[in-house]
Amino acid sequence: MDGTAILPATGRPAPSRPLLSVQDLTVQFGTRAGTITAVDRVSLDVAEGETLAVLGETGSGKSALAQALMGLVPGPAGRVVSGRINYDGTDLLARPRSYTRRLCGTELAMVFQDPLSSLNPVLRVGVQIGELFRRRRGASRAEARRKAIELMERVGIPAAARRVDDYPHQFSGGMRQRVMIAMALALRPRLLIADEPTTALDVTVQAQIMQLLADLKAEHRMSLILISHDLGLVAGVADRVMLMYAGRVVETGELREVYQTLAHPYTRGLMASIPGLAGPRERLTPITGSPPDLLRLPSGCRFRPRCGFATEACRASQPDLLPVPTGPESHRAACHHAEEVVADGRSG
Amino acid sequence: MDGSAAGMPQVTDDGPAAGPDDLPPPAGRTRGRPGGLRIVCSLLVVACFVVAAVIGPILLKYDPVATNLGFRLKPPGTRLPDGSLAVFGTDQVGQDVLAQMMQGARVSITVGVATLLLAGFIGVTVGVLAGYFGGWVDAVLMRLADIQLTFPSILLAIFIASILGPSVVNLVIVLSIANWVTFARVTRSQVLGIKRRDFVDATRTLGARTWHLMTRTILPSCTAPIVVVATVVLGHVILAEASLSFLGLGSPASTPSWGVTIANGRDYLSNAWWISTIPGIGLAVLVISFGVLGDALRDRFDPRMTSL
Repeated sequence: MDGTAILPATGRPAPSRPLLSVQDLTVQFGTRAGTITAVDRVSLDVAEGETLAVLGETGSGKSALAQALMGLVPGPAGRVVSGRINYDGTDLLARPRSYTRRLCGTELAMVFQDPLSSLNPVLRVGVQIGELFRRRRGASRAEARRKAIELMERVGIPAAARRVDDYPHQFSGGMRQRVMIAMALALRPRLLIADEPTTALDVTVQAQIMQLLADLKAEHRMSLILISHDLGLVAGVADRVMLMYAGRVVETGELREVYQTLAHPYTRGLMASIPGLAGPRERLTPITGSPPDLLRLPSGCRFRPRCGFATEACRASQPDLLPVPTGPESHRAACHHAEEVVADGRSG
Repeated sequence: MDGSAAGMPQVTDDGPAAGPDDLPPPAGRTRGRPGGLRIVCSLLVVACFVVAAVIGPILLKYDPVATNLGFRLKPPGTRLPDGSLAVFGTDQVGQDVLAQMMQGARVSITVGVATLLLAGFIGVTVGVLAGYFGGWVDAVLMRLADIQLTFPSILLAIFIASILGPSVVNLVIVLSIANWVTFARVTRSQVLGIKRRDFVDATRTLGARTWHLMTRTILPSCTAPIVVVATVVLGHVILAEASLSFLGLGSPASTPSWGVTIANGRDYLSNAWWISTIPGIGLAVLVISFGVLGDALRDRFDPRMTSL
């Protein structure tokens, strides 16, 4: 199995110094039944102008990771237990939350999953976009309105001058997400976090939104953290990928490297479950079992119960995120049997 | 459903200033909106009272200290010595009841609106603070509201009014203290529901601070229920004002409100029914209008009651 089929033809330039560097971030949620570790010692780097795709299924902790980065973990149930979030040399977790809030919009911004619920239903979209310029840039009412129209045109909303006075419910899903993107990019942030920006949209609209994000990213020389569960969707946009499973990073590396040399059984399983366009039509190969209950995690490796490579070693200890033996240093996988998985992938 | 029709881009010939209500609606949208007729009718009645209160005393002079004992207790429709017609009759000192009512409407409506603004301001502020911050702020403010609710509001008003003494300003203060809780509770419950919505987080990620979130993001979403509560409370306040004045704890005799007029006419009910009855009917009509208005507004704004 190999994932080259869904890769774009061209490579991407190597990233430079990290803009955002997260170390050992742990986010927990207290529930009546016990404490859930939604994000478990996750580390990641995002360089200036780089796109990192965070992949994983529901409950893998990718949204909690995004919330933690934006200082949005809903208290008092949820809290960031440990770790560092270094943004441009400053540890955001060591500073009060108001510091993160100040960076929001101008340095960090976020696009949410559901564009209808993320827009204020009782305010006209032009007011919502223009408010950013009025509040943060001291623009006049007329100027803010003009800039709002400009932005709406830039994100591809037809007849922006007229639609600026519409309410969110008057827009289609894709258009709403364009409005959200316009708002997120209004103050030209250096890092955009897109939390499943296309999940609530039609497949045809998904591609348009991804293209828009890619274009705007290139235009603004912005870093992008793209959270998704769709391996194919991010393939055309991401430089690097990070796969999460039950709150932990299971595999990370350059997109091409990871998709070509699958070093974790989970990544392999995800790849295998993508239907191929070429070749005979076959049954899809799902990953057997279901994601673990975060309250009752299996001992050792969290993927063990669903893994074809599992051995006693997997039951005994949790694998660390280590470089894949045959690959470059940047390609890491958290699997005791990474070498086997790679070898198996090559032969099969 | 209707949602898809409303979500379609309205690519018609609307000017940029056109709001959603001005847009050419899909068939049946406007006609189907509930409460239209009731809103119009009740607003018309309220408007009549407001107009009477504003221009009535200018047309029909009322002097609180003038007496005309020769023409006391005349039934409605009597012609007075100065040639004018006492449409609603005269009272026990020969005053025109209509003139007195229109003067009283001024007091009643002024007190009602002023109380509404003061109680609404206090209540909405408390509700937003309690709902937004939660925790001990919520606990303290809402326990305060609970304590407030344990006293029957009219009893509390009597208590405070007897301490502060009768005056229009004191009346507003008293009634505000008795009525802010409704606003606080409704606002709090709204804020609790709204503050966890995605768009609040989204606004937060764009750098909005607490003040902005409370006033510009959350509060606009609470306005519909607050407006509905306001109409109900307004009727209630006007009634409470009349009750207090009736008991002699409201507006002083020099500024006759409806309550005062009704109270004065009480002794003459057997031989001059109109002195108490006509202001009473006026009061009832106004309060019922506010009640109907509140009901109709709720039908229109409550999302659970619309099909959209």
